[in-house]
Amino acid sequence: MAQPQTDSRFFSSPGRPSRSSAEQFARGLKPIAIAAVIAIAITGILAFWYAPIDADQGMRQKIFFLHVPLAIVTLCGFFAGGVMGMQYLRTRDTAWDLRSYVAIHLSLILGVVVLLTGALWAKTSWGVYWEWKEPTLVSFLIVFLLYAIYQPMRFAIEDPERQAQTAAVYSVVCGAFVPLNFIAVRMSESLIHPRVLTATGGNLPSEMRITFYVALIAATLLWIALWKFELVAKSLSMQLKKLERRLA
Amino acid sequence: MRQRRRQGPSLAAATLAILRKDLRLELRTLETLTATLIFTTATFVVFHFALDRDELVGDLAAGVFWVTILFASALTINRLLANERSQGGYESLLLAPIDRNAILLAKMMFLFLALCVLEIFAFAVFTLLLLGPNPTTEMLALIPICVLANIGLATIGTLVSGIATDTTARELLVPLMTLPLFIPVLIGAAEATSSLFEAAPLIVDLGRWLSLIALYDAVFVLIAYAIFEYVVGD
Repeated sequence: MAQPQTDSRFFSSPGRPSRSSAEQFARGLKPIAIAAVIAIAITGILAFWYAPIDADQGMRQKIFFLHVPLAIVTLCGFFAGGVMGMQYLRTRDTAWDLRSYVAIHLSLILGVVVLLTGALWAKTSWGVYWEWKEPTLVSFLIVFLLYAIYQPMRFAIEDPERQAQTAAVYSVVCGAFVPLNFIAVRMSESLIHPRVLTATGGNLPSEMRITFYVALIAATLLWIALWKFELVAKSLSMQLKKLERRLA
Repeated sequence: MRQRRRQGPSLAAATLAILRKDLRLELRTLETLTATLIFTTATFVVFHFALDRDELVGDLAAGVFWVTILFASALTINRLLANERSQGGYESLLLAPIDRNAILLAKMMFLFLALCVLEIFAFAVFTLLLLGPNPTTEMLALIPICVLANIGLATIGTLVSGIATDTTARELLVPLMTLPLFIPVLIGAAEATSSLFEAAPLIVDLGRWLSLIALYDAVFVLIAYAIFEYVVGD
């Protein structure tokens, strides 16, 4: 509202040559991506040949090694998006805004995968696609709905600086909401329902637990690799747009 | 970095001035209040037909009551800062030499009071139209539930209203943002209320649900206080 804004300030910090941002995001992308591929391969091998076949769920239980780590990484990604938003508000460095945006964007996409794999698993092990009595499932859906508004909200703001600032505020509020929501939903369920999965794997056989931890590392590496990749892609395409504008 | 304004009225004086202005405006026009009260009554009537029940008891009664309050509060939140925006009062508020948090506090108090009026009215209409058991002294426990819930709703409502005024689709975004954010309050309030609305009203587990709402309030009041200056912008 106050001073006129030019598009060039969007996602590139003033006073710093914008080329550095793409290079800065690309740092470490290749080793992380390779590590992610290796970790995913190891997870696959462990899940199918090392972890024992579950006594009552059989092969169907294997989706656990995809669904649960992805869900944990997605929630941490949402939370990290809030922390990065806070960092933007403190430093006013638009690179943090881009980081926060990409983190939430990526977690939202993975969130769809988590909901779908969760529904599949629920169908095979409980016989229904959706179970209201499972607080983790319900909490995840609420968080997902909340973050689904992030993008429509963000792109309904025209001024680039206001957009970054308001999106950062929203990401911080939602980041704080994630743990509160899990507490509230869990409290609302009387805990008679069998806890099929405790995140720490308290009642898992140790082979399964090791596989689970490897899967968690793989999912984390995958998230970071995709996040960095998207950051590079976004900042390069913005650079390209800027150059095109200069030519026109 | 922005500098805090040193001159100008104190936080309390500025808050009260804005609150007084908002209350006077509302009492003279009765715009938002009448709309929400009519909306509440209409929603109860809709629930009567949708559920095909003449009387509601327990869980169902508590759910219908609180869902109606949440929807009605979304209406008020829509108007909270939009009013200022359309008449140019927003810029004047930002130009005024006051702490930005005065705007937050004033708007929160306004929303809090509006919600209190709404709930008193809604409870009266609800007992007349839908609630099975007659009002008893146990139902006085609704007072702390409403007070704590209103603090949470007012805090989130003010934040969301501030976020939404910047966007081009504000009426659309307010309910979409508030409904998921209100779910923990809804859980606490509805669970605490359900035993009060049973055929034989009882106070069960009140402290547990009140502490859930209080935790929610504390977290979001602190966040709102830390972050509101970024919501209203420069």
